[in-house]
Amino acid sequence: MMQDLLILGIESSCDETAAAVVKGGRTVLSNVISSQIDIHTLYGGVVPEIASRKHTERINQVIRQALQEADVTLSDIDAIAVTYGPGLVGALLVGVAEAKALSFATGIDLIGVHHIEGHISANYIEHTELEPPFMSLVVSGGHTHLVNVPAYGEYEILGRTRDDAAGEAFDKVARAIGLGYPGGPKIDLAAREGNPDAIAFPRAHVDASAYDFSFSGLKSAVLNYLNGCEMKGETISVPDVAASFQKAVVDVLVTNSMMACEEHSCKKFALAGGVASNSALRHAMEEACRERGIDFYVPSPVFCTDNAAMIAVAGYYEYQKGIRSDLTLNAVPNLPLGER
Amino acid sequence: MKILAIDSSGLVASVALLEDDNVVAEYSVNFKKTHSQTLVPMLDEIKKMVGLDLSTVDAIAVAKGPGSFTGLRIGSATAKGLGLALEKPLIPVGTVDALSYNAWDYPGLVCPIMDARREQVYTGIYRFDKGAWEVIKEQCAISVADLLEILNEMEGPVLFLGDGCPVYAEQIREGIRIPCEFAPPHMSRQRAASLGVLAMELYRRGISESADEHRPEYLRKSQAEREKQSREASDAKE
Repeated sequence: MMQDLLILGIESSCDETAAAVVKGGRTVLSNVISSQIDIHTLYGGVVPEIASRKHTERINQVIRQALQEADVTLSDIDAIAVTYGPGLVGALLVGVAEAKALSFATGIDLIGVHHIEGHISANYIEHTELEPPFMSLVVSGGHTHLVNVPAYGEYEILGRTRDDAAGEAFDKVARAIGLGYPGGPKIDLAAREGNPDAIAFPRAHVDASAYDFSFSGLKSAVLNYLNGCEMKGETISVPDVAASFQKAVVDVLVTNSMMACEEHSCKKFALAGGVASNSALRHAMEEACRERGIDFYVPSPVFCTDNAAMIAVAGYYEYQKGIRSDLTLNAVPNLPLGER
Repeated sequence: MKILAIDSSGLVASVALLEDDNVVAEYSVNFKKTHSQTLVPMLDEIKKMVGLDLSTVDAIAVAKGPGSFTGLRIGSATAKGLGLALEKPLIPVGTVDALSYNAWDYPGLVCPIMDARREQVYTGIYRFDKGAWEVIKEQCAISVADLLEILNEMEGPVLFLGDGCPVYAEQIREGIRIPCEFAPPHMSRQRAASLGVLAMELYRRGISESADEHRPEYLRKSQAEREKQSREASDAKE
């Protein structure tokens, strides 16, 4: 029975080592995430070599725990879904090599999964009624993608960032105003005490492509503002800068997303990715959707961060379509969405 | 005792199946294709060729390091996955140690050298006394000049092998004061059969670990850690 299919998901594309077991594509039996955030915080950002080393040290325990918590053994698993891109190549390779060895040793089917496809699929976990077609915005430390999802496993990229990812801009601005790493949660927290209209930061729109994003100009505007204050001997209000910057990012993300929904007559919208945990973005997007009569979906924060449940869910729908990977599967750091 | 042996520490990808005193199969490729793509298919090829039932494998031997960081991790994650799925232990074998086994019973010193970049080699010094393997200098990362200084205090001859040879042959010939020679190509690169034979010996001495606890021994910190340490050291001076 397809609805009883058990998928083991494995994710190691950045700084979380994760494994999960998902039943029937929608029921999460376990979702284990071993975060390396503490060690990378010492360096002010993710250090690829350290991330790769930590993945190697933790991956077996994480997989073992995922199987135990789901109360299954490897022999119960129908397919292994593993993130093979995009991401840090050294980090991806650990998960891919591990998954291939497991598949080789057991004969269990292997499915290479796109990381962004995983983020979008995270919405299926808690919203059992959600089915394509829908519009999705994936925002994280490495990605900012506006994606039309016409059917399971089909993705049409409408817009993407031309420079920094949204989460990257959060990290850089957080560092500049002394909040440190990771920037997203820290700016979110500081902004709650600030006035989002205190400083008029620019809303960057890309001329050539209406759906594309650009955040480097905004980041420069914040840095210029900070320099200007320093020259004039003015002290800055960290909460006001955080709130105003955050509003500028959120405005652009919401505007482009709603434009995409309207022009594609799409009545369902799913937010995804690590930055989808940002409270201002969640509220603003939900409000914009409500005004337009669009159903709004967003995963709980635990499924917004990098996790393997979302990879298992995406793998389930690829499996349904007959997709299988062979033992030559490689890590592809710049893997485009919707291609194999 | 059946062992699957894996070495992807350098440019060569090599896998082997050993059973007691017999090397059943060995598959080595010294070509540019990435180990990530080749290693598991090579294991699969051996499995199919000899009709191997993986559940009969007793342990997985893996090159634990030093070597290419990424290469080591591909081998390590592959071995860990096999160990997890088959519920079998891993036998970690030093990469340089395994290389020395290529020259088993050479009448003199055996000195594998792997190019470690940053003007260093991964190396060690070994001797075989009537077939018994003796480690004179444990595997380490040092400069060729320092290695030569150590060797020149010893009694030759010395046999060099490993992918560091073509890179440092000239410097070695100029600096070595004891008789030396360079191994021919079939002895000069990582071979999973050599690693597997040494693994058998280590296993008999009680050396093995669980697949979960295994991690590569890089013999070197990451660049970020080194830079952080030197920053902190210079801060401490000020």
